[in-house]
Amino acid sequence: MALSDAQLERYSRNVILKEIGVKGQKKLLAGKVLIVGAGGLGAPAAMYLAAAGVGVLGLADADRVDLSNLQRQIIHATPDVGKPKVASARETIQALNPDVEVRTLEGLVQADNVLELVADYDFVIDGTDNFPAKFLINDACVLAGKPFSHAGIIRFKGQTTTWVPGQGACYRCLFVAPPPPDAVPTCRQAGVVGALAGVLGSLQAMEAVKYLTGVGQLLTGRLLTFDALSMDFRTIKVARRPNCAVCGPTPTILRPVDLQPAVCDLKAAKTA
Amino acid sequence: MSQTKAAAAASLQPDAELDITDVVCPMTFVKVKAALDDLDEGQILAVRLNDGEPVQNVPRSLKDEGHKVLKLSEAADGTYRLLVRRAPD
Repeated sequence: MALSDAQLERYSRNVILKEIGVKGQKKLLAGKVLIVGAGGLGAPAAMYLAAAGVGVLGLADADRVDLSNLQRQIIHATPDVGKPKVASARETIQALNPDVEVRTLEGLVQADNVLELVADYDFVIDGTDNFPAKFLINDACVLAGKPFSHAGIIRFKGQTTTWVPGQGACYRCLFVAPPPPDAVPTCRQAGVVGALAGVLGSLQAMEAVKYLTGVGQLLTGRLLTFDALSMDFRTIKVARRPNCAVCGPTPTILRPVDLQPAVCDLKAAKTA
Repeated sequence: MSQTKAAAAASLQPDAELDITDVVCPMTFVKVKAALDDLDEGQILAVRLNDGEPVQNVPRSLKDEGHKVLKLSEAADGTYRLLVRRAPD
């Protein structure tokens, strides 16, 4: 399908790029990206992907917008406080770019729905804020052979890596299993700078754009870390773990499993 | 341009025509890219473009992307006519 004049104008800065062009823009418009978590990471990721014209954006989040979210979750605004995050995010995306079809899941991504959810998409962005969810998304994407971008942020630091079937280390190769509850503070307890979420979420959107258009080198087999205080970006080569429980040759994880969230998360969720 | 080349260029039949005199940078080049995208490798696009910025930039941008600019000539009405052959992907 040819791009309309309005689309050529809207996406002109993409189309003009030799690496993207009309063909790349059509790939973006035909692309489907699932964003798990419409929070600090998911907000900028969803907005940049919507602006870029990714055809279908899936959003999954169980939470409602809280006043304390607005310091970093820029897809939501003050009048959205109390709304489901997926509803608020949908409104922002539709106002930004009507070309984008938004599909929402207002609920938790869990072992019993994650495979079905990721199956409909080309690329998955993990924008969650807790370890059980991150391992669940990793395991589901590896099992389903679905490329995904991991990112995590806390205080002034962030990290991100990308997994594509057959390429590089998965999240479980790097970290094996979640840390014990309370060993690592959540960003509720520890704090996080909004612009840091913007940096990492934007990097995740960049990976999705590169994957969909097939340009450049993805962060597969590499972990990028960012320290905002020292303004250091580092990229570390990471190898596959030969006996990885999910992506290794003799996996012991054969289906997604719900891990117990840290106790502090449960308490915080109940009082939120 | 030698006389034989000029004769060859003059005889080149475009496969498609595009008028970009109604748009400004960067839509000039964007529209040409979109029109070329609709053609097959080796086919020829004729573009009507304005003097000034479009004539300076569009042929250069096309060359940067590997397309072959075959001819650029001034028309009687002060616009220009550009013939470009589509490069392979």
